[in-house]
Parts: sequence; structure tokens; C-alpha cells
Amino acid sequence: MNYNEFKKTFIEKSGFAAELITEAGEEVYIKTNNENYLDTCLLLHRGLVSPVMIYFAEDNTKSREVYTIYCGFLGKQIKKWVFAVLDVDKELKEFPSIAKNIVSGQLFEREIKEMFGLIPAGTPDQRRLRLHEEVWPEGFYPLRKGFVKPEKTRGTGKEYTFDKIEGEGVFEVPVGPVHAGIIGPGHFRFSVAGEPIINLELRLGFTHRGAEKLFEGKTVNDSIKLAECVSGDSAFAHGLAFALAAEKACGVTVSERTKLTRGICLELERIYNHVNDIGGMAVDVAFSYPSALASLIKEIILRLNEKLSNHRYLKGINAFGSCDFALSLGKQEEVVRILEQAEEDMKILKEILFSSVSFMDRVDTTGLLRRKTAEDFGIMGLAARAAGIKTDLRTVFPGVYMKTSFMLARQEKGDVLARLNVRFDELSVSLRLIKEFMSLLSEQPSEEKLNPAVKEGTGVGCCEGFRGPVIYWVKLDKDGKVERCKIVDASFNNWQGLSYCVLGNIVPDFPLCNKSFDLSYSGGDL
Amino acid sequence: MNNIYNIAKARLEKGIVTEEINLIGEELRSEIQKKFSRSLYIREVDTGSCGACESEIISATNPLYDIQRFGVDFVASPRHADALLVAGPVSLNMSVALKKTYDAMPSPKFVITAGDCALDGGPFKGSYYIEGGVGKIIPVDFHVPGCPPSPADLMKHILLAVKNIQIK
Repeated sequence: MNYNEFKKTFIEKSGFAAELITEAGEEVYIKTNNENYLDTCLLLHRGLVSPVMIYFAEDNTKSREVYTIYCGFLGKQIKKWVFAVLDVDKELKEFPSIAKNIVSGQLFEREIKEMFGLIPAGTPDQRRLRLHEEVWPEGFYPLRKGFVKPEKTRGTGKEYTFDKIEGEGVFEVPVGPVHAGIIGPGHFRFSVAGEPIINLELRLGFTHRGAEKLFEGKTVNDSIKLAECVSGDSAFAHGLAFALAAEKACGVTVSERTKLTRGICLELERIYNHVNDIGGMAVDVAFSYPSALASLIKEIILRLNEKLSNHRYLKGINAFGSCDFALSLGKQEEVVRILEQAEEDMKILKEILFSSVSFMDRVDTTGLLRRKTAEDFGIMGLAARAAGIKTDLRTVFPGVYMKTSFMLARQEKGDVLARLNVRFDELSVSLRLIKEFMSLLSEQPSEEKLNPAVKEGTGVGCCEGFRGPVIYWVKLDKDGKVERCKIVDASFNNWQGLSYCVLGNIVPDFPLCNKSFDLSYSGGDL
Repeated sequence: MNNIYNIAKARLEKGIVTEEINLIGEELRSEIQKKFSRSLYIREVDTGSCGACESEIISATNPLYDIQRFGVDFVASPRHADALLVAGPVSLNMSVALKKTYDAMPSPKFVITAGDCALDGGPFKGSYYIEGGVGKIIPVDFHVPGCPPSPADLMKHILLAVKNIQIK
């Protein structure tokens, strides 16, 4: 299916006038009203076979007296982002909820409600997500333009209600926000009957820092720096997604050299994180030898990052319109040597893990995430690929990946082992890709650092980070400052995948399931 | 199987530690010996950091730095800890948890902050949802600058802290 066919079918089925559909590069905006909003979303959801990927509001009360809601789906075949756009009356502050029909939209609606004070009418879950009742009063909506911080923060006096599981022998295990390990904060509430978990409810938001609001009014290059601090382990992916969005908004095309360099960095980030996660899984079954080896490989890659970009986490190398590290021939050979050594170590790591019966026993069939569950909740990235869903932004918007031997790694089963296998497969793909990118890079002429002009506009920037898509929707004002920035990290929806995959498993396997997803607290909480 | 272990072992040994880390480490060990009778236990708390500081703290325990061999270990409970290592700008949601963690530690105790966020909010300064630094909630004794601080920086500053701390 190409875009024109999709558009024709959509118009036929919805009866929309063609003028309501605006196209801008890889983005399509469809203007809806209260009556046909839900139907449009359903048409897109089913027609594009996409969960809600990005769903947010924007405060346009100053210019047009409305709030605008954007509900975005990804057309994997038509290779476009398709948004249903709805204006919400400034006084009424209510819009029809889609969460009952499209579950993957639910968390986004809770987010819109607490950040803008807009009510998704009929949404099944009205609870706050990040602004905890204990510290944040009623009536303060941070992402509204006229928002003023409450002078004294105090709670609402109401308590957050967890789902209650009752019955003979059922007990609750509350964990967090401060966990035993060196890890981010979150609250997990297990309901357990005997050994198996029968319900897990997550309460997150502990690392909420108001990132989206902080972008507002910042210049593009300052914003890239901030984006790199949204989720530390995906610093490059976040910076890149913002840069891509801003470049699209300004109509900037970047050089082949920049694209290749960004490709190398993105894959380096994937490698150190995947190795880290594999080591983490070994730790969580108390298998310390391979975890030590994994942490060593990670350290070697971090040092390689530092050699190339002067930062162990690749911060600061990406800029608006350019990304470059001077890669001399000698340096390139050194990189290849380090990567080949790392590859050998990874083979050993894999052999140690896969030849250990007790390790395999722990990971096989543990933490099963069914494909249907993954599809319903809009699970993205690696976790979705391990459950059999063919999804990877590197195939949807290939860019420089087109010139390489990129192959999508996928497993069918959806258990911890499947996610482990996807990681190992992606590691070898990434190692190969970096070598291919570097040989392509050596054919490119060196260049001066560009400083392209910034102008008014909107754009979606996205890339496949190590755990899944990182999506930024950015609107720049006439001075080139950020007016609204919406961030979606794959962690946001994938946390739900975690809470479903542990059902029926024993509590001691929870850390293992958790690590197999390796979700970011800060990326989800923003 | 034995063979695999041997290769991996060789790889681990070959990479081990630069002279600098060893020097810092030995000094750290002797200071800890003097003041904490052999071991310094640290409890880490993330108050809204992006995760990079945690990643570097964990890196300090990898075979290349292996901070544990000098007597420093990261413990699971504040009740076991001599020191608190805090990262992040302190999200409003975390301020109570941070305070409670600090209160749960037995005295004498001291606090080290890691990373620019923990000092004054860093890149998140001015946000509506942060306290803007660990010092607003609990008394802070030492700070490790960086975004994130590298494992070597962490070791250096833990050494400085142990050297300068007055045990009451």
C-alpha cells in the first residue's frame, strides 16, 4: 500500500473532504471534530495497523482560543506519521476519549489530563500519572502557557488508589520508590497468591522533572543539550530525535557525512546498552562471571565513545544541522580493532550464558509477553520485536541504513529468552553496521561545521534507540525558539508490557523480567 | 568450557586498571582503614537523574575499576550505610523518599552528591517540579561534579570525602 492508495481508501471510508488532510513531508495531519474524532482514530488505528505512537495536546489559547489535540499513528507501509487533529474549546476543556477503544492511548490521555486540565470524556482511568497527589495541588496544569508555579507545593489530601486484589491468601508486596540496587525510582505493587504474581501495578513519575516545559523558549542547540539529559542511557537517541525534528521544522537537509556519523553513534549506543542489559540479566540470576565480562565490554565501548566524541555517553557531539567526529584512517582502524575484540568477547559471553543449564532454565518461558498484549498496549521497539511484531523505525525511515546490510532481528515467543536473543542478534548487526558506515564515511569529503538558519515550523523527529523508538514532535516559533516539544520514549508504553509479562511468574523472577525490558524511569517520567 | 573461562579471564586481566586508578585506590584503602575500620558502605539514591550517573556508579564496580577491592561497597539498605550518594535534581515526588532514606541511616553518616543535577538542578534548573539540588532537603558534605562524573572522578572524590570527613 502506498500513500495515495491509503488516502483514497481513507477518504472513501471516512467521507472526509480532501482539504481536511494536510501533508508535510513525512507527516499527515487530518482535521477532525468532536463527532468524528474517535472514528477517525479507529480508522487510522486499524488501517495503518498501528498503536497510538504519540498523543499530546498543545496550548493555542493565545492565538486561536483553543487547545489542540494530536493523536499520531505510524504508517509503516506508507512511511508516514498520520495525526488526527482536534481543536478543544478553551472554556469547555473536554474531548472524546479514545482509550476504551484503543488501549494504547490510555496513558497519553492521563498525561494530557494532568498536564493541560483537559478532560478525556469517558476515559476509564482518570488518575494522575506523574504529578503525585502527595505533593501537587489541584488546578495547576504545567503545560498550559499561562502556568504559574504554585507558591507552596502541598498535596491534594487525596490518596492515590491502587487496584485492590482481594481473596484468601492474597497479599501485597509494595516495592520502592527507593530500590535496593543502583537504579531509578519507581513504585511496584505486587499482588501475590502464594508464589505467583497475580497483579502488578506500577506507580511511576518519581523522576518527573518537567522536561517538556523546560524546552519551551529554548534555542535549538540548547534544546539538543537538554534532550541529551532526558534519558541518560539514550542520550544520543534523544538528542538526535530532537535535532531531526528541528531540522525538519526548518527545512534543513544535512550532509551524508552527518547522517553516517549519527548512524555510527546510534549503533554504538545500542551496543553498550544491549551488553549492559545482557550483563544485568546475568546479575539478576546471580551469575556473576558473565556479568563481569559484560560490564567489561560495556566499559570498552564507553571508552571508545570517549575516544570518538570526547564523551562516554556521546553527549555534545550532535548539533543542529551537523554531527561529526574527525575520523582519520588510523583512528578508523583502531575502532575496527576494538570492535572486533568486543565481538569476540560477546561470543564468549553468549557461549557462557547459553551453555549454562540453570541460566537457560531461568530465562526460557519466563516473563511471557503475548503478541496480542503487546499490540494492544502499543509496546514498541525491542520488546515488541521479541514478541513477533515487525517494527523498527530503521526499516520505516531507513535513511543511511538503506545502503547497509541492515536486518531486522525478531523472535516469536516474547519471553525473557526471546528478548535476550533479539539483543544478541542486534549486537552483531550493529557491529557490522558501524563498520559499513565507517567505510561509507571514508568516501565522504570533510566539511565545515554548518550553522543553518532557524525558522518557524513544526516537525516530527524519530529514531530507533536501543529500547525502541524515540519520538519528538517540535514546534518552533518565529524566533526559532521552541514553543512546544512533545517527547515519547519507548519506555512510556512499554512499562505496561512489563506489568503484564510478569503475571503468573514468581516474584524472584521479577528483576529478570524487568531487566529484559530495561526501561528508563526518566525517559518515561520526563 | 574451561577454555572459554580462561580466554575471558585473560581478557579481564589484560584490561585491568591504569596506574592512576591503583594509586587512588590504595590511598582510598588506607584512609578507609583508618577512619572506617576496613570498609565504607555507600547507599545510592536516584532522585530523578537521567540514569547516566547511575550507569557510571555501576561502572566503578566493573573489573576495570573494581572499587570494591579498596573497601568501598554499595549496599541495598540505608540501615547498612556509612554514606549516602545522591544523584538527580530531586524531583518533588522524591523529596520525602530522600529524607526518609537519610533518616534511616545510622549516625555517624555523611552525604555525597554526584552529578551537576544534584548540586543545583543542572540542566533542569528552574523547572516547576524539582527542588533544585539535594542540599535543599538534607545536609550535603561533598559533591562530585560532572554530567555524568566518570568512574575515575567518582573514586577521586570519594577519596577526598574520606580524607576530609570528620567523624563525630
